Amino acid sequence: MKNFKENLSERIFFLLALSALSVLALITVFIFIKGVPIISKVGLKNFVFGMKWAPSQGAYGIFPMIVGSISVTLGAAIIGVPIAICCSIFLAEFAPETLRNIFRPAIQLLAGIPSVVYGFWGVLFIVPLIRNYLGGPGLSILAGSIILAIMILPTIISITEVSILALPRHYKDGALALGLTHWQTIWFLLLPAAKSGIVAAIILGLGRAIGETMAVIMVVGNAVALPESILDPVRTLTTNIGIEMGYASGEHQQALFATGIVLFIIIMIMNATAQYITRKK
Amino acid sequence: MREQSKINIKNLNFYYGEKQVIKDLSLEIPKNEIFAILGPANSGITTLLRTLNRLCHLTPEARQEGEVFLDGKNIFDSDVSVTELRRRVGMVFDVPTTLPMSIFDNVALGPSLRGIKSKKILEEEVEKALRMSALWDDVKDRLHTPAARLSGGQQQRLCIARVLALEPEVILLDRPCSALDPISTAKIEESLMQLKEELTIIIAPHSIQQAGRIADRVAFMLMGDLIEEGPTQDVFSVPKDQRTNDYLTGRYG
Repeated sequence: MKNFKENLSERIFFLLALSALSVLALITVFIFIKGVPIISKVGLKNFVFGMKWAPSQGAYGIFPMIVGSISVTLGAAIIGVPIAICCSIFLAEFAPETLRNIFRPAIQLLAGIPSVVYGFWGVLFIVPLIRNYLGGPGLSILAGSIILAIMILPTIISITEVSILALPRHYKDGALALGLTHWQTIWFLLLPAAKSGIVAAIILGLGRAIGETMAVIMVVGNAVALPESILDPVRTLTTNIGIEMGYASGEHQQALFATGIVLFIIIMIMNATAQYITRKK
Repeated sequence: MREQSKINIKNLNFYYGEKQVIKDLSLEIPKNEIFAILGPANSGITTLLRTLNRLCHLTPEARQEGEVFLDGKNIFDSDVSVTELRRRVGMVFDVPTTLPMSIFDNVALGPSLRGIKSKKILEEEVEKALRMSALWDDVKDRLHTPAARLSGGQQQRLCIARVLALEPEVILLDRPCSALDPISTAKIEESLMQLKEELTIIIAPHSIQQAGRIADRVAFMLMGDLIEEGPTQDVFSVPKDQRTNDYLTGRYG
């Protein structure tokens, strides 16, 4: 009797675990079935490198959006990564217990704010700031980068902090015993040793940045054109889907799914890289 | 104070929070000798060693009473630079603490932080330190490969070389051979015997036999108390205290 129960519960757990996997498979298959026909019709090269996006005229080129996604994400990295890494070094190495207990939940809370709220705040605060002080329409790569930089902070900070704290204690003892100062120990030892964890944290953070939609729609302006400066508006892959899916049909809808495929592949590559780096150690 | 004592510990008490791990310990450690501190686990030996270069104070709840004189200067005085102290009193741990960089950089780190910039002098210093720790012949052809690729014994000798490159006056070794094979152990013991010509060595040996092979003097500690101390010959042949005798003959430990 007991054996039967054990077996049954094991099976149920397995089925539930399987359902998570099958949802992933279903989504993947679905977007590929929906998106691949238009890519083969337009041609992969024309689709990925095409400069013109005009669904009403049958022109489906997403290159400006790829540039948009990459530039916004890169901007987020340039602004967010140094802040995040300094913050995690502070938390792991310098912060006294009491301060740490304030910082950690606060950073976690940052991850809990809905992205539409970030977007709203960006429109009301960041965008006018850029428009008034730097010029341009304000809705821009820079605005998107700043919002995304804030949004990826929690991911990068927590993973980096964990990978610094996970280092064997004797590393630090060894360095301090050599007469290194605390700062030298961090610089020469802890950061190089935690490198793989930190790189993985950055890539995961950027994966989140490149996939973010709602906050980005609200602040980047969404113009389909190659940007010339960081003050120009852009459209990203995600915002393209987010804006047009509501009314698209036929080939147009397929093209949005195809945009999803490109995004899917980019994020897959980033996550796989992060996993590979963490495993390599 | 004996004239040649390098380190003079006076009435040292050490606590982690409420727990006392060293109890009113006084000890003189002479210059240019190998001094072994024996005892079973939890005797406070590691704490004692880590007190001598103030690594102990990294633990938040640690506090000490008493004095430790290095060449007549109390290391707990507020004007003592901790990093300077740690360069003068080097330490090797029970697990190799190689840093994630090349063999050369591991050894060169100390001298370069001391302000030596010239590549040629650095190379000489590294070679000298590696020769002293009997590692030079093993690694001279691959100085720029990562230190993590060395065997455990080689890594431990690299750690000794790294400490020696700081040109310390005292080195503390906390069971440096506990993870090593007999051949590596023999090599390390051999280098220690040579090194004592130039510096003072304090070791927590990983076995009584090791103390017998290399130490000039031994001390026996039990549960934070110093039971007895003296020339190795004397302590090993005629221990004054019954507990020392029991430990040496293997009744416990």
